[in-house]
Amino acid sequence: MSYDANHAPSAHHDEHEQHGTETTMFGFWVYLMTDCIIFGTLFAVFATLCHQFAGGPTGKELFDLKNVEIETAILLLSSITYGFALINAHAKKKGAVLVWLLLTFILGVSFVCLEISEFSELVAHGAGPDKSAFLSSFFALVGTHGLHVTIGLIWMVVLFFQVLGRQGLGSRMMTKLTCLSLFWHFLDIVWICVFSFVYLGSVV
Amino acid sequence: MSQNHMTSHEGESHGSYGSYVVGFVLAVVLTVASFAAVLSKAFSYWTTIAVLAVLAVVQVIVHLVFFLHMGTATAKKRMDLFVFLVTVAMVLILIAGYLFVLWDAQMNMMSR
Repeated sequence: MSYDANHAPSAHHDEHEQHGTETTMFGFWVYLMTDCIIFGTLFAVFATLCHQFAGGPTGKELFDLKNVEIETAILLLSSITYGFALINAHAKKKGAVLVWLLLTFILGVSFVCLEISEFSELVAHGAGPDKSAFLSSFFALVGTHGLHVTIGLIWMVVLFFQVLGRQGLGSRMMTKLTCLSLFWHFLDIVWICVFSFVYLGSVV
Repeated sequence: MSQNHMTSHEGESHGSYGSYVVGFVLAVVLTVASFAAVLSKAFSYWTTIAVLAVLAVVQVIVHLVFFLHMGTATAKKRMDLFVFLVTVAMVLILIAGYLFVLWDAQMNMMSR
C-alpha cells in the first residue's frame, strides 16, 4: 500500500490504472453475483421450510412489523446517503465524503443494533434457531444478511480512515469506494426480498 | 473501449443527487405499497403473496437502475447486465427447483 494516489500519473500509467480499475470492478461484480446465489439458496430453503413450525410459534405471532418498517427505512436511507458520499467523492469534496460516510455508518450500526435486539428478544422468548425448521431458516437467512451488513460497516470504517489519511480520493480510493457502494446497494436489494417474503410473507 | 469507459465515468455511471432522490422516492412508494397490501388485509393469501412478489421485483429493478446504475449504455455495462441475468436465471432455477421438489415431498410426508 505504498502507492501514493495523489502522485500525478503519466498518460501510460493512467491507462494501465484505468484498465486495472475496470478489471477490479468486474471482478467485484462477479463476486456479488456469487453472493446472490448464496442468498438465493437461503431464500429457497426458507421458502420450503417456512411452514414447518414443529408446534412452535409462527411468524405471525413473532414478527413485529413496526421494527421491520424502521429497519427498512434505515437501510433505504443509508443507501442514498452512501450514494451522496460517492457523488461527492467524484467531485473530490473530501469533507462531504467523510460526513456522508459517517452518516451511512451510523444508519448501518443502528440497523445492526435493531436486528441484534430483535434476535435476542426472539431467543429470550424461546423462539431461537433450535425451536423449529422455520426459525432455523429464518435465523440463517436474516443472520447472513446482518453479517454482510456488519462486514460492510467494518469496510466502511477502514475506507473512512483511508480517505481521511494520506490516500485522499485518488483513483485507487475511488475503486474501493465504488466497490463498497455496489456491496451496500446490493445488501439493500437483498433486504427488499427479506422484508417482502420473510416478514410480510409470514404475516399474511 | 477506453472511450466508452471515459463516458461511463463522467456520465450517469455514478448518478446525480436527482437520480438518487428519484430512486429513493420510488423505493419508498413501493415499500409502503407492500406493507399496505399486507396490513390492509385487502387480498386473499395467494393474491397478497403475488402482489408482494410483483412489488419486490419492481423495487429491485428500481434499485438496480437508480442506485447500482445498471444499463446498456456501454460495453462494460452490457457485460455486467449479462452476468447479472445469468445469475438471475441460476437463482430462479434453484428456487423453482427447490420448491417443486421439496414442496411435493412435504405434502406427501404430511409434515405440515
